[in-house]
Amino acid sequence: MRPDDVAARVREAAGAAGEEALVRPEHIAPGARVVAAMSGGVDSAVAAALLRGAGLEVIGVSMRLGSAGARADGHTGCCSLDDFEDARRTASRIGIPHYVVDLRDVFQRSVIDTFTATYLAGRTPNPCTLCNRDVKFDALWQVATTMHAVAIGTGHYARIGGSAASGFTLRAGRDPGKDQSYFLFTLGQAELARTLFPVGGLAKPVVRAIAAALELPVAAKPESQDICFVAGRSYADFVAEQGGAAAALPGRLVDRAGNVLGTHAGVHRFTVGQRRGVGGGASEPRYVTSIDATSGDVTVGPRSDLAVAGFVARDVRWTGRPHRGAARVRLRHRQAPVACDVEPGEDGARVRFAEPTGGVTPGQAAVWYDGDRVLGGGWIDERLVAGEGA
Amino acid sequence: MNLDHNAGGRVRPEVIDAVTDWLREDAANPSSVHAAGRRAREAVEAARDAVAALVEARPGQVVFTSGGTEANNLAIRGVVEAGAHVVSSTIEHASVLRPLEAVRVRGCQVTLLEPARDGSIAPARVASALRDETRLVTIGWANGEIGTVQPIEEIAAAVRERACGAVLHSDAVQAAGACAIDLGRVPLDLVSLSGHKIGALPGIGALIVRRDVAVTAQMLGGPHERDLRAGTENVPGIVSFGVAARLARVERASSQDHLRRVRARVLHVLEAAAPLVVHGAPEGLPGTLSVAFPGLRADALVIALDLEGVAAATGPACAAGAAEPSHVLRAIGCADDVVRATLRLSFGADLSFDDAERAARAVVACVARARGRRGAGVGHAA
Repeated sequence: MRPDDVAARVREAAGAAGEEALVRPEHIAPGARVVAAMSGGVDSAVAAALLRGAGLEVIGVSMRLGSAGARADGHTGCCSLDDFEDARRTASRIGIPHYVVDLRDVFQRSVIDTFTATYLAGRTPNPCTLCNRDVKFDALWQVATTMHAVAIGTGHYARIGGSAASGFTLRAGRDPGKDQSYFLFTLGQAELARTLFPVGGLAKPVVRAIAAALELPVAAKPESQDICFVAGRSYADFVAEQGGAAAALPGRLVDRAGNVLGTHAGVHRFTVGQRRGVGGGASEPRYVTSIDATSGDVTVGPRSDLAVAGFVARDVRWTGRPHRGAARVRLRHRQAPVACDVEPGEDGARVRFAEPTGGVTPGQAAVWYDGDRVLGGGWIDERLVAGEGA
Repeated sequence: MNLDHNAGGRVRPEVIDAVTDWLREDAANPSSVHAAGRRAREAVEAARDAVAALVEARPGQVVFTSGGTEANNLAIRGVVEAGAHVVSSTIEHASVLRPLEAVRVRGCQVTLLEPARDGSIAPARVASALRDETRLVTIGWANGEIGTVQPIEEIAAAVRERACGAVLHSDAVQAAGACAIDLGRVPLDLVSLSGHKIGALPGIGALIVRRDVAVTAQMLGGPHERDLRAGTENVPGIVSFGVAARLARVERASSQDHLRRVRARVLHVLEAAAPLVVHGAPEGLPGTLSVAFPGLRADALVIALDLEGVAAATGPACAAGAAEPSHVLRAIGCADDVVRATLRLSFGADLSFDDAERAARAVVACVARARGRRGAGVGHAA
């Protein structure tokens, strides 16, 4: 399809929203070469089409991140040959070239090894954020610069606003049910300037309608769920497989007073806040309240033990200037952000909640918002319990 | 500009003319008794003569197949029976390694020799791997990824000296047309050839079978190709192979000379993109240049070059669109990051000196871009 055919069908299917999605940002020149990251799913397919409709020279690229081909255990995450074929057929339909790049080495090092090591350290990893930071917006960007591209477009539900002069902003996607801004907090000004999220201003049903209007082969493809590389397996099994002998260390279940309540098969099987597998006949529900990978102790307690006064975040990134003071913080994907106070320091940030709050899970990302605007984020390191310097 | 000749070159114009003439005027089944059938038979036999002449074999030794892959499968599966021992190397093409794996699973012993750093297999290593029960020795004449040409004459002599009765096969798909192959001098039993590597159509190849070697057909049916390969002959393919073989034989000396000069010129231009590492032996295939740009991703370079109209590769063509890391580069001792950084440039005689130089400059530009911007984004703590 020619760019104007693509644009006409987008307008017909999505009206004003489609018109808006076709607008090229000011800092990207007409006809500039951009890489569209294509997973084989519908969001990235429509993103690529919108970039083409906006008059850019679009090069479709699929990243090979895991083992290709269907696996014996029925794994249906991304990166199968079928997904590449879907991406290729989509690219052919909208009239852009399509390539596959092998980034398995970066993915293994940055995402899978970290995922395993984090669980084995008694923490709960956030692989999607790491994949965005190290694979899509770093390794793939290096591929894109080799190709002389000026930006990367993806199918993420988030919005980039502003300009080079005023500074770029990162905002939540317009569809609250699809918003992925939580996973994108590591994008700073340099990354935001070279990144395009064409579907970020659209609702998912509109994206599907555009895909149908363009007769894309993936228009009716189901959503991918779960973490792509463990799909179909339990996280614990995956970590045990990857981590080898280190993963198999058993430990004790203890309460806050240090009483031994039982044993467990390895700290990687637990997440702070988890209820399953630690109840064992107690009168009131018990939750994992902390994990000590060194001793192997998993501490459990009543729900009231989960609420903390705040936490320290490490490896903090800001989308623009560092923020000090009142903000709202999101502690997991799609959770409603809660009020807090942020105090950036030299090696991280101290965050105090307005009210004691649960769900503070070491290893997870904490992302600060001002309304729907992402201020920045960091990795939850230690929890600040009331009365311990908080 | 095609710098991916080893994946298959352009069909030569003379070949296109000969094939279309045949299709328009003579198309028929060469087994038919009528006049058209007899003309088809003549076309097939003329091509057989030409393919035989390319490697100094006799026409009766040429068995046409669907390509190099089928020839290799026939040579291995048609010779090795259960319990036998086979000697080969770790840098063979997949169409040798996969059949070897299949016969190994069925109870054969397979010794895969490790090459030297330059990809060469020492004849003495082959000799010392031989056993009384060795039934087949299969060593590729030249490697399509790194261009190394094996001392095949010495290897053959070493096998003959041992007199263990082993059949000697060589996959000469990449060597045909590039190396002088004289089967009158080098006593090989079986040799695989491919048409499209020398400018014929894809879908045609041959296994040269010396008369006294027992080979069991793998494709069963009619009595075609001396009972070794059933199925109505692919006459257009065979005609194309004959024409291409005739041209390759006549032009070999001059085209090798041209390719050597092209390779030297390309390498000279690429020096502007140093540091780089050239794999393989310097006196290898003149049209093959395997070069690593440490720290870079060769698959990204291939894409960037394609967008500028230059066809290159990281290794053998692959259906997935992203090739597996080369087993050949691993076998010669390259670390994973060097394997990822390796570009395979291969030239045909139809590539002009000027186009080769332009293509090499495009490589230098892409490498500079990849190097200049690497890590230019905002850094992050691990």
